[in-house]
Amino acid sequence: MKAAVVVFPGSNCDRDLAVAFRAAGAEVEMVWHKDTDLPAGLDIVGVPGGFSFGDYLRCGAIAANSPICRAVKGHADRGGYVLGICNGFQVLTETGILPGALLRNAGLKYICKTVGLKVETSQSIYTEGYNAGDVVDIPIAHHDGNYFADDATLAALTDEDRIAFSYTDNPNGSQRDIAGILSENRRVLGMMPHPERAADSGHGGTDGQALFRAVAGQLTTA
Amino acid sequence: MKATVHVMLKTGVLDPQGEAVRHALGALGFDGVNSVRQGKVIELDLADGTSEADVTAMCEKLLANTVIESFRVDMS
Repeated sequence: MKAAVVVFPGSNCDRDLAVAFRAAGAEVEMVWHKDTDLPAGLDIVGVPGGFSFGDYLRCGAIAANSPICRAVKGHADRGGYVLGICNGFQVLTETGILPGALLRNAGLKYICKTVGLKVETSQSIYTEGYNAGDVVDIPIAHHDGNYFADDATLAALTDEDRIAFSYTDNPNGSQRDIAGILSENRRVLGMMPHPERAADSGHGGTDGQALFRAVAGQLTTA
Repeated sequence: MKATVHVMLKTGVLDPQGEAVRHALGALGFDGVNSVRQGKVIELDLADGTSEADVTAMCEKLLANTVIESFRVDMS
């Protein structure tokens, strides 16, 4: 499996994401925000966490209009796989690849702690290593993770089984406790929690490992 | 020429910052503040001939996220 991890000025989880992909057996190439093309023969793009462009204007707004994001959008439009974590999720909503938006946390505070996540569906390459209904412990670290979408979008996400993860104890005011969502074709996942920070025993938890192993397993055999 | 863009969260979108400001005003003894909505003002210095439609396109593409925000353009 070949993965690319996008690096923006201000990304800070790019190397963690690359380590998690590599530990699952992937070959990883880093791509810079000014690059206009993704590497050839790519299976999945990772859009990492951090504070791209200092969160100026809105979280992810400047990054979403960078040259590499045009290529990421093209990759997604062609049916390619994309995983956006934290700021990466914000970037994917700003590009329109995923619906909705991430607002300031309802409690106004930056929250950095491990939370319980309920796996809402195992029907995706990202979540098939879990069972629907499993509760896993994954860290969050964000100030703007309060998921918002209009009622029609929320109904579609629920009806089409596209909520991947929900919070067991909503920390940020997200509608329907949403922590992560899938695209219509189920090939793009955006999530605020950080599975790459729970992918090694040194992290204090390994509940995120199953996500990367499932992705690697699926895309290697494909 | 100049344009001023006002960006506000849409009605119905929770504005926790505005709510915190409202609480702080109450704590300072300013009674009667029913609600506070916080937005942003963006000033653009533009080449002559830039149209309001151009600025509207800038808002839709970048300056506002129309999923959650509304905007108003004032040309001067």
